[in-house]
Amino acid sequence: MINNKEQLLLEGLAANEAGAIETIYRENYGIIQSFILKNNGYPEDARDIFQEAMIVLYQKAVSDSFELSCQVKTYLYSVCRRLWLKKLQQLQRYNPAIEIGEETIPIDEDLEDHEKKNEDFLLMEQAMDKIGEPCKSLLEAYYFQKKSMPEIADFFGYTNADNAKTQKYKCLVRLKKIFFAQYKNGG
Amino acid sequence: MDDILLLDAIERYKNGEMTTQERIFLEELRKNNPDIDQLAVEHIFFLQQLENAANIKHFKQSLDEVESKLVNEGVIARSELKGKAKLVYLWNRSRRNIAVAASIALIVSIFTAGMFSAYTKKNTDKVITPLVDYKFKQVDAKLKQFEKKLDQAAVVSALPVAPKPKIEANFRATGFLIDVTGYIVTNAHVINKARNLIVENKKGDQFYASPVYVSTSTDLAILKINDTSFRNFTSLPYSIRKSSAELGEQIFTLGYPRDEVVYGEGYLSAKSGYSGDTSSYQISISVNPGNSGGPVINRNGEVIGIISSKETNADGVVFAIKSKNIYNALDEITKSEKIKLPSSGTIKGLDRVHQIKKIEDCVFMVKGN
Repeated sequence: MINNKEQLLLEGLAANEAGAIETIYRENYGIIQSFILKNNGYPEDARDIFQEAMIVLYQKAVSDSFELSCQVKTYLYSVCRRLWLKKLQQLQRYNPAIEIGEETIPIDEDLEDHEKKNEDFLLMEQAMDKIGEPCKSLLEAYYFQKKSMPEIADFFGYTNADNAKTQKYKCLVRLKKIFFAQYKNGG
Repeated sequence: MDDILLLDAIERYKNGEMTTQERIFLEELRKNNPDIDQLAVEHIFFLQQLENAANIKHFKQSLDEVESKLVNEGVIARSELKGKAKLVYLWNRSRRNIAVAASIALIVSIFTAGMFSAYTKKNTDKVITPLVDYKFKQVDAKLKQFEKKLDQAAVVSALPVAPKPKIEANFRATGFLIDVTGYIVTNAHVINKARNLIVENKKGDQFYASPVYVSTSTDLAILKINDTSFRNFTSLPYSIRKSSAELGEQIFTLGYPRDEVVYGEGYLSAKSGYSGDTSSYQISISVNPGNSGGPVINRNGEVIGIISSKETNADGVVFAIKSKNIYNALDEITKSEKIKLPSSGTIKGLDRVHQIKKIEDCVFMVKGN
């Protein structure tokens, strides 16, 4: 089912390449947008839903057991459809009398997986917000922006990279504590 | 301290940065010491979570970048700035504004005229009168503004010799000179969709301009005035700062949120912009659509930034691109364009009124369609 071009696209997606993301957007956004506009949604809903579906696809593409049994187009459509149904129900804009699209491919597992990962992500974000400054900026600089220790020492005004490193570990321990406190409480 | 060493070791182990010897040593340690093993398992799991979060964050950034690019190209429908869109760009789609202003003025003038005649005829309708008074005051300014615009428009169209064929502009923003020969900096989002561009000085002289540099990632654009009627400046009053500005620095800006140049002042509130963007500052200043592309200048007369956007849900949270990006941009076009940035300003130590007098000639309205 899956051809070479799509395989390359998904590899690009997993590597976070803007070109691959753009191609997927260009080829699929229109369909999703018109689907959502037709079903009680606004343009910004389409943007939110499509972004989330892209994240689902991304998470699938980077996972070890990656395997896509259908075309990207079909996959995105199914995910968006499900996400939008759920959103409609939450917003109570859903009218069960309206049949919106057909069930396409089974994606329950992927969505469950996505939800779990999303929760973990939010948990990490919350923990990051709670550790305060300069810890937050310091850890973000190292782990998110991938800055080197000398760069960080310079930017945050530590006398040398070793001092910055010690501070980083203190912050990391605090972050871990907060993260696990929430994590073990079932999020 | 031992803990830190251990965590460091586990992290290097996870990232595969250890030598074989070190790895064997750590594995031995884990085998013989359940506490350390437990710590290692937990820490590796935690680092993995952190890495996942970082990846998702990067991916979301890429999504946002692609999305805004496609919105600009019109592939994705522009939404009504609700929900997700937390930034408003400060350039003015003035056609709609003028239409609104016009209709307000029209309604109000009919309304007030009616009220006046009613009021002068019979002074009985007391329930309504104060209301009208209030409203009248409120809209008076708008009316005047509109009338002034109308007058100006009438004058312009009455003159048979228009200086040059004007284009019907549908947006308005700000830009400023960075080179005496007519190079102007503004925002990429201002000119992105424009087919024709003109810049206008405070006297109302218009010049054709065309972009020589556009970068959507930094949101910077450089225009070149290519109009024979443009006279080179002898010097520019301000300089462009290359290093970072300081927190709390007093700053001011000039821009065109209206048809005449408007002054605003504030301070630098953070060294990074929207959601930690290090290529911009957060400043606190009052701005409106049309201010996009305006210079942010400190008291020494150095341009430290370029106004680009503000947060929709918060008052006075404005973002400005760091001036350093201008230097980066110039590096990219150094072969095709000869741009010489002003090396030192001439307004340091002047009082604000005189500073503005010197600067305002160099701040242009950027219009186009």
